[in-house]
Amino acid sequence: MTLAATTGLLTAGPATKAAAETHGFLSPTGVEIAFVLVGLVTFGAAIVTVTTRQLVHAALWLVVTLGGLAVEYLLLTAEFIAWVQVLIYVGSVVVLLLFGLMLTKAPIGRSPDADSGNRWAALTVAVAAAAALVWVVVDAFRTTWIDLDGPAAGSTEATGASLFQNWVLPFEALSVLLLAALVGAIVLSRKAKAESAAPDARGATGRDTEGAR
Amino acid sequence: MNDALDVILRLLIVFVVFLTFPLIIGQTEHKVMAHMQGRLGPMYAGGFHGWAQLIADGVKFAQKEDVVPAGADRRIFQLAPAVALLPYLLVLLAIPIGPDEGAVGQVIDAGVFFVLAVMGVGVLGSLMAGWASANKFSLLGGLRTAAQLLAYELPMLLTAASVAMAAGTVSLPGILDAFEWWWLPWQIVGAIVFFVAGLAELQRPPFDMPVADSEIIFGAYTEYTGLRFALFLLAEYAGIVVLCGLTTVLFLGGWHGPWGADGLGWVWTLLKTAVLAFLVIWLRVTYPRLREDQLQKLSWTLLVPLSLAQIALTGIVKVVIQ
Repeated sequence: MTLAATTGLLTAGPATKAAAETHGFLSPTGVEIAFVLVGLVTFGAAIVTVTTRQLVHAALWLVVTLGGLAVEYLLLTAEFIAWVQVLIYVGSVVVLLLFGLMLTKAPIGRSPDADSGNRWAALTVAVAAAAALVWVVVDAFRTTWIDLDGPAAGSTEATGASLFQNWVLPFEALSVLLLAALVGAIVLSRKAKAESAAPDARGATGRDTEGAR
Repeated sequence: MNDALDVILRLLIVFVVFLTFPLIIGQTEHKVMAHMQGRLGPMYAGGFHGWAQLIADGVKFAQKEDVVPAGADRRIFQLAPAVALLPYLLVLLAIPIGPDEGAVGQVIDAGVFFVLAVMGVGVLGSLMAGWASANKFSLLGGLRTAAQLLAYELPMLLTAASVAMAAGTVSLPGILDAFEWWWLPWQIVGAIVFFVAGLAELQRPPFDMPVADSEIIFGAYTEYTGLRFALFLLAEYAGIVVLCGLTTVLFLGGWHGPWGADGLGWVWTLLKTAVLAFLVIWLRVTYPRLREDQLQKLSWTLLVPLSLAQIALTGIVKVVIQ
């Protein structure tokens, strides 16, 4: 939501700000109602994701949650970000999660140990983080309205232009961060291989790590 | 009113294509495989060269009992075929077959990302089936499916990005509008990588390790019977239609042809798609199955570097010609 709202602000900010006075929270439009409904479904799926005792069900509810977020992006006219969300999170991250769950042979039915003593600490951190995020986003974008009837404020062209004109430095910094994480992962996997494997079994373990990657 | 009628008509046409094209490819596969192996294939059903064989198969599947194993996760087991099949229907909506406004189900701004994202969702169906069946062969099939998807998603995405760079747009009709004939040699490496990676994502031979019948029965689909099993098979053939259509649109110029581009563009699209589908069948008959480690090696050590090289080449040429 944040990113889409940001692009909306960056690209169509001046044009839409003038129209902000005519908007209000009363008498919502169809899109706004749909946004709230999808948001509720997403929220519910997110709650089920962290409370269900069935591990694979949690992963599948995560699909619903991430898919719901993608729909919210679409409703905010950020089409590009919506499809990238589906591509990366639903298509790759959840598949990786399921791969891990299958590798550890997640049982069908409830896992009795799928709980943690840190439950209350986790809940506190989650609520605090959510409160901070909601506060910041609401405070920052309270007066921003996306013009749904005009040209899409979050189209691929608009997103790309704002990303590579106004936000190049954060973008590049993030790329370097990801590259560092990638190199770190390779170093870790090579180290584990060198320690655990005898020289003649090296080829086989190499294949295994390739598969898991 | 007119708009609503237009939308309904488009959806209906896409739906009919979705129902018929996979069957045509399935029947072609029966016959092409048979002739390549020096036999006739189905000859009885329907009279002329057994044209109704797949319809007969469908009736057979519908009559079979729908069994859910006692130990299975019932709801996920039953939901999996739909998750595997429906994404391909959505992708078909975005593939343009002709130059006109009316020749595509729905113009999508970020079309390339849309089709790749939604195709990736289809694999979740196989994973759900593999886990929910409570069967070790299914679980192994699901594992192999996931590993294969993770390996081949990247080269597919990179080569599609290369075309998007060349065209300067990520919309599928936009890419075709920008197409020139010399893109064919320029993007040929990307085209081959995309097609091979797409075959792997569909788990077609020679990349059918996840359903290797001589080792793990039928992988994730082992426990399925009747209509649900037929839906998985239909998903495979719908996947062939989508992959061949996408390769045509992204790399082979879609509706552009040496002549007759006016009004006959859709014929070129269908022709190229059909030739590619024939190639898919041909590859199935020709090559033996790749082993799991060979599969991973092919992707990470050959296809990914090739697609990166293609992106570099695209970038250089793009800068030079500007």
